[in-house]
Amino acid sequence: MAHLLLRIYGIMPIKYGKNYLQIDQQKKMKNWTLVIKPKTSWFDLHLHDLWTYRDLLLMFVKRDFISVYKQTILGPLWFVVQPLLTTFMFIVVFDKVANIPTDSAPPALFYLSGLVIWNYFSSCLNKTSVTFTANAGIFGKVYFPRLIMPLSNVVSALIGFGIQLGLLLMLIGYFHWFMDVNIQLNVYLVFIPFLLLLVAALGLGFGIIISSLTTKYKDLVHLVSFGTQLLMYATPVIYPLSFFEGKYRIFILANPLTPIIEVFRYSLLGVGEFNIWYLFYSVLFTLLSLFAGVLLFNRVEKSFMDVV
Amino acid sequence: MSETVISVEGLGKKYRLGVIGTGRLSQDLNQWWAKIRGKEDPFETIEPGSSSHSKYGDFWALQDLDFEVKEGEVLGIIGKNGAGKSTLLKILSRVTTPTSGMVKVKGRIASLLEVGTGFHPELTGRENIFLNGAILGMTKAEIRKKIDEIISFSGVEKHIDTPVKRYSSGMHVRLAFAVAAHLEPEILIVDEVLAVGDAEFQKKCLGKMNQVSREGRTILFVSHNMGAVQALCSRAILLKSGKLFTDGPTYETIATYSQIAYNKTKAELVCGHREGEAENYGVRITAVRVLDQNDRVCNIFNDADDFYVEIEYLTQQEGNHLTSNIQLFTESGVLVLSTGNWASTTLNMDVYSDRVLPVGIYRSRVKFPGYFLNEGGYYINAIINREASTSIIFIEEAVTFTIVDSGNMRKEYTDHIGGVVRPKFEWNTEPIGQININSY
Repeated sequence: MAHLLLRIYGIMPIKYGKNYLQIDQQKKMKNWTLVIKPKTSWFDLHLHDLWTYRDLLLMFVKRDFISVYKQTILGPLWFVVQPLLTTFMFIVVFDKVANIPTDSAPPALFYLSGLVIWNYFSSCLNKTSVTFTANAGIFGKVYFPRLIMPLSNVVSALIGFGIQLGLLLMLIGYFHWFMDVNIQLNVYLVFIPFLLLLVAALGLGFGIIISSLTTKYKDLVHLVSFGTQLLMYATPVIYPLSFFEGKYRIFILANPLTPIIEVFRYSLLGVGEFNIWYLFYSVLFTLLSLFAGVLLFNRVEKSFMDVV
Repeated sequence: MSETVISVEGLGKKYRLGVIGTGRLSQDLNQWWAKIRGKEDPFETIEPGSSSHSKYGDFWALQDLDFEVKEGEVLGIIGKNGAGKSTLLKILSRVTTPTSGMVKVKGRIASLLEVGTGFHPELTGRENIFLNGAILGMTKAEIRKKIDEIISFSGVEKHIDTPVKRYSSGMHVRLAFAVAAHLEPEILIVDEVLAVGDAEFQKKCLGKMNQVSREGRTILFVSHNMGAVQALCSRAILLKSGKLFTDGPTYETIATYSQIAYNKTKAELVCGHREGEAENYGVRITAVRVLDQNDRVCNIFNDADDFYVEIEYLTQQEGNHLTSNIQLFTESGVLVLSTGNWASTTLNMDVYSDRVLPVGIYRSRVKFPGYFLNEGGYYINAIINREASTSIIFIEEAVTFTIVDSGNMRKEYTDHIGGVVRPKFEWNTEPIGQININSY
């Protein structure tokens, strides 16, 4: 204990001098590592900070995963239960009752493949859209690049996506070998990682735009929760794009998710439309929304502690 | 001369008072539309009194702040609640941005604005160390290198694989501080962490901070605990209403602080007529003071310091036989002692005591030796007696002062030392015989 005491009360070097206020004298030096200024430009994104904090991103992902499934019985199985039950419901309602075509693919595979993409998008959007409001506590205490938070949400959602994709693949295998359905896996499978990236970027872009706006306008929270529900019906999850001919087709095509889901189905099930121009539109839309989102987010993160 | 690592130049932070943004899009659009047409803001005059305020009521939490911090310096930042300390720290730790001015920093800053930020109750202690460390800016590799050290510093080894929601609040804080203490940033910002934890842990924290500063790293330390500021900081700045009030050696800054911070904490009382007067006898106390060894008015002393209390009084009438005396109380109201200048109660021979005083102005001074009072706050009642035993003037809580633990008596034993007084006594231990171990 004694050595601690000596540390505590030991000789403290007295370092103040008469000239600590002479700022001019110091002007010559300086490679300041950080300059904190009132206003910075829209494009001062300090994205390199994100790389420095990459470990934090992984820690958040780990935290999300552990904390959600601790003290649950089924654990990660919930990722499987939800799409299975939903697919079952869709088969009953949209296939059996409403008789909506599924482009000649088995309805279970058709719905599940749409749901896998849709679920990933909606969980990205829902989680990132509350970034500021849900993390006000921690943001108010410590600095780290705020963008880490929504990015980690997008990455954590990948876990669910991976499990659901696995489920889909197993189901495809089951249909292929046991039900004798001819499923044409094709070379477009290489598009899947790209599609995934696209969905993630789109969800992130929209999410951070909304989260930036919700710091001031809380109404948007309500809009998001039922807006995503409605948006699903404007996305070819329960129907194929080919179901719409004529003038309504353009509305469905305006949804940037439409080409993504169509291509996803095309590569896995061999049904749907693969149009490179539609996909190009999605990419453009995604990049624009992501860009706008990052700018807006960056703008808001500097002042939001005083607003929220 | 060591390098400047933080340079604060003309820093200001403005908050707007009252409701400005309405928080609803439709209203904001309305406001904006009204502004364009040059009409009045439709939402401005809902409450006539307050809303006009809110339009122009800017509040500067910080204004024109200039100071520099040198490498390896431990700078104390003190001030009353609302003086701008937290705002300053928030700007430095980049949680919020300033309105004007700038701060230039060299090196990595880590802040302990509130320890345990981001602790997740479901994760175990170990997992939280990684999470918290990452939030504070450490990489995984850095944390892995130090994890054993962190765990042993925290003293929660046994529970390290238990979810932190089962932790006591003390364990929680200890673990959190342990992580933060091992950050190894060039600049560490510490805010009030010492308010929690038991005495032993507080000492551990102080020790760690001192060690950090010894390694040439810089610490900004905000605390209301003047003892800790005194013990740790070589220099302190005092903020008052968002402005820099004093910048200098800790000792002086703390003294200034206690004068402006607490009206009750007064080292000097200068009495007006009504207060200190005994009309019938023409006697009046003009001032009561607490002084240090150099005759300066002061009310913060190390436990090793001698200090003086004086009563200044005048008698305008012949034939007053006066004695001055004081009562010393702890701040919680325990009477420590009474003492006066009667001949039989003083060590020396006070020439002007216990006799009829000629008309004039007098000063009675009593010396308190160092190593007498325990650390803490004290107040003094000043009393003038006539004819030895009749109190004719009584001023309650005339002056107050604080004794700070200098550490001079804590070189071996570090825990709390109880009691009102803490004198050094003569101790003798001697062997008084031998025993045969086997017979026990």
